[in-house]
Amino acid sequence: MSFKSAVITFPGSNCDRDAITYLRDLTNNDVLNIWHDETFIPSVDLIILPGGFSFGDYLRSGAMASKSNIIPEVIKHANSGKFLLGICNGFQILSEIGLLKGALIQNNKLKFLGKDCFVKKKHENKFNKLIKKDQVLQIPVAHNEGNFYCSNDDLNYLNDEELIAFEYCMGSFSNSDANINGSINNIAGITNEGKNVLGMMPHPERAYQNFHTSMDGKSIIESLIT
Amino acid sequence: MRIKILIRLKKQILEPQGKVIEQSLNNLGFEGLRNIRQGKLIELDLPENINQEEKDNIISSACKKLLVNEIIEEYEVLG
Repeated sequence: MSFKSAVITFPGSNCDRDAITYLRDLTNNDVLNIWHDETFIPSVDLIILPGGFSFGDYLRSGAMASKSNIIPEVIKHANSGKFLLGICNGFQILSEIGLLKGALIQNNKLKFLGKDCFVKKKHENKFNKLIKKDQVLQIPVAHNEGNFYCSNDDLNYLNDEELIAFEYCMGSFSNSDANINGSINNIAGITNEGKNVLGMMPHPERAYQNFHTSMDGKSIIESLIT
Repeated sequence: MRIKILIRLKKQILEPQGKVIEQSLNNLGFEGLRNIRQGKLIELDLPENINQEEKDNIISSACKKLLVNEIIEEYEVLG
């Protein structure tokens, strides 16, 4: 099977190259790189919306990118049931599009967080199926607006429908609270109703090579292609 | 016609910048100042020769589509 994937680049994306090498190395296939102004995406199995500061984070993180010319194609891809992964700024963009519930607001301690964090899976989906229950993953975060917020109704919905893919947890060198940014219920990543769209704040593409601080990020792509 | 749109985070949402501003003001001796919240103000010119209904429609549509994320924010048109 050859797994096809694409990465969208917005002005201000800065993890697009890392996302491309991550996909290229783990899927053993070339990866399409598509500029935000395009209006067509060839058929692929997975699209990644990468991290960064699209459009300078003007207005709100992800707000401008969510109105880019390429977005109707991204929505079409998601509605057809194929995989869509938003990492960091990509998660913010998915929230602004409305493909995922809730919103990402400023970290509660006002600091930009650039460090390794720990997450585990809460509800199973195709992105995390190879990860064991209670397995602690070490994956870097790099964000200023990663504080997940949603209404109580939406939170109940996320729980009832089992859409919480990842939650922050304590790890080998956590020094205080598992919850690094104030997110409701420690939420680090959620999926849509169909569980084919995942948004997550941690950067798995920064945790897959042997010179990275961890290789735990591999498990997401490995789950998808297995 | 120039209008102002005031956008603020909903009351139940933590607004950390306001808290830090409050601390700084308190440190400067403004001890009675409380519950500071920071928002944003957008000013824009509307097209000429539109009636009130068209004006309301344009503003509400622009706010819903882009300017305001109603999950976390609310807005007020200041005229």
